[in-house]
Amino acid sequence: MSHDAATKKYAQNAASAIKDEILQKALNKIQSGLGKATALSYQNLDEGPDLRLAAHDIREKTINNLDVVLTRLAAKIRENGGRVYFARTGEQAVEYCLKIARQHHVKQVVKGKSMVTEEIRLNPAFEARGIEVNETDLGEYIIQLAGEKPSHIIAPAAHKTRQQVGRLFERKLGVPYTEDPPELTRIARKALREKFLTADMGISGCNLACAQTGHITVVSNEGNIRMATTLPKVHVAIMGMERVVPNLEDHDILFRLLSRGAAAQKLGGCVSYIGGPAGPEFPDGPEEFHLVILDNGRSRILADPKFREILCCIRCSACLNVCPVYGKIGGHAYDATYCGPIGAVLTPLMEGMNQAKDLCLGESLCGACQQACSVNIDLPRMLLELRYRLAYGDDQWETQPVSVAEKTIHQAWAFLAGHPALYRAFLRTFALGQKIFPTSRGMITKMPGPGAGWTRSRDIQPLSQTPFRKRFKKLNAKKAHG
Amino acid sequence: MTHATLFIQCIVDGMYPEVGEAMVSLFQRLGITMDYPENQTCCGQPSFNAGYRKEAAKAAKHYIETFEDSETIVCPSGSCVSMVRHHYPELFENEPAWKARAIAVGKRTFELTEYLVDVLHIENTGAYYDGTITYHDSCHLKRYLGVAAQPRTLISQVRGATFVEMKGCDTCCGFGGAFSTKYPDISTAMVREKVKNILDSGADAVVGCDMGCLMNIKGYLTRNTLNVRVMHIAQLLAGKKAGAV
Repeated sequence: MSHDAATKKYAQNAASAIKDEILQKALNKIQSGLGKATALSYQNLDEGPDLRLAAHDIREKTINNLDVVLTRLAAKIRENGGRVYFARTGEQAVEYCLKIARQHHVKQVVKGKSMVTEEIRLNPAFEARGIEVNETDLGEYIIQLAGEKPSHIIAPAAHKTRQQVGRLFERKLGVPYTEDPPELTRIARKALREKFLTADMGISGCNLACAQTGHITVVSNEGNIRMATTLPKVHVAIMGMERVVPNLEDHDILFRLLSRGAAAQKLGGCVSYIGGPAGPEFPDGPEEFHLVILDNGRSRILADPKFREILCCIRCSACLNVCPVYGKIGGHAYDATYCGPIGAVLTPLMEGMNQAKDLCLGESLCGACQQACSVNIDLPRMLLELRYRLAYGDDQWETQPVSVAEKTIHQAWAFLAGHPALYRAFLRTFALGQKIFPTSRGMITKMPGPGAGWTRSRDIQPLSQTPFRKRFKKLNAKKAHG
Repeated sequence: MTHATLFIQCIVDGMYPEVGEAMVSLFQRLGITMDYPENQTCCGQPSFNAGYRKEAAKAAKHYIETFEDSETIVCPSGSCVSMVRHHYPELFENEPAWKARAIAVGKRTFELTEYLVDVLHIENTGAYYDGTITYHDSCHLKRYLGVAAQPRTLISQVRGATFVEMKGCDTCCGFGGAFSTKYPDISTAMVREKVKNILDSGADAVVGCDMGCLMNIKGYLTRNTLNVRVMHIAQLLAGKKAGAV
């Protein structure tokens, strides 16, 4: 897609999301509910809200020593009887999962909710080989039936009403229409229970992996991940390579912040610490446990000191719940695996800055995301850094300068800013020239060029014929003499 | 004697000189003497936010040269002060001498309400306003400078005025500089919600500390012929009872 086409698509996605009343209602509900509740839940931490800052330090230290921590994690998982695979790319990760599926003659997979499997497009690869994949998180199940993508990192079907879900179930599951949430849940539960019992393979993500113990932690509020990871004979967990903590002490802090950031909970409803396959001493669990540790562009981010901080993210999605842009356009408009402020930084880094430039340019830099972030990541700083790379181009990232015309404008403005007499002359000329624009009650109502976007919905104040710089002397003298 | 050097950002200088005038009359009432370096231009924030750091650095150097002899610099904008205080040092990562000068001048540059409340410890400016006011928190002012209580303190002391908080007072109004012209649909959806919250508050005037946000809010109000007054806090604080001297 050309750059302009991408921009146009983003603008169109945004515009249609803004017109979608159902979506707007859902977004408002998420933000006024979860957004506020999360802020309050940080205040109620035993250690106080500054635990977020301590957690940032913990994450930073782990990321700076990622090679060592991951080596320890892999060794510990293997010691516990699990298998570990380091995947450099998404394709490699998918291939590995398919290989295991082939070895076990897998026909049916049950999945716990996982964004990283969205990232590597795991489901279509399995389906293409005739393997049935069933999402078991209620929200994921709904959007899988609808053939859609998640619109929120932890509330994937947030954009759907219960009426829409009722009609979807009626159509896809052949059940009588109902819009009663407990009844809808019961229907999904019944359908999924059968899948759990017949599946040969369980696939999950990983909220946190602990190097000290060699366990992974997965959280759900429905108990579905627990079933997906213990009932089938094989369990494959996939994690982004940054989702590791060195020890239980750090695990405790991050896990508590994750629960608060995600859902304003002290603790997720169902938490599983998975320490490997069943063995003589631990009869519970699958026969085989695999952990796929995925790079898929993360090493490149790690290598850039200005962007490394984004790897501190634990995907709680708190930033989505406060971002005023996400609050208007919803998750689908970003047209990427990760949406909201985290997606606005991560997507350009993973999919190309030029390709995804609108995600980092289309933010107002209000800073609400950093304030909400469970580990206090400076997302606005990285949005600015991305814009900097886009402005001049960056060979390391194969990034082309975004606009010659825009650069010229900024060069001209910088020249004026450094030459006060010319700056004054320019503003004086503009103040005279602006008379060609139509006005109403003293406000300009229509501007050409870059100003057109503004005047489509707003008036703009014209430049004064007597700017402050011309008024000051007189004002200041008045008092001195009076 | 208290003396302040005025940094009047480009939007106020060119589009809203009455805000600068209000600041001058407020300072005169409070006995603060002023100077205004005529060579001041733009702080470079628009270029910085768009990614054009080399160009922003040129504007920054000009600001530093213009203001570094001033003891205390006061500006009626949180985002310009945030630019000077927080982003100037970032611009000179490879120019240590300039970086030191940037940090020094940044420490002496204050936003108007933080100057009044934190530096001068003034809470009552002797202002009068007959009406109901609500306050919009500008993002950079609140989140990057930590200024949210200061304007409220000053507003609470204005005689005759009733203060009401609006819902989402610190939610972005959708201005965001070039964001507002590049992504007008998103920006408009944001300002629409802001204006709804202003109207729902029942206030007859919305006060803020940054003309960027207020220009956006006002532009939407006038386009939709909605009758709410938009005031920079300097204008509110400079206000006197009719007939008072």
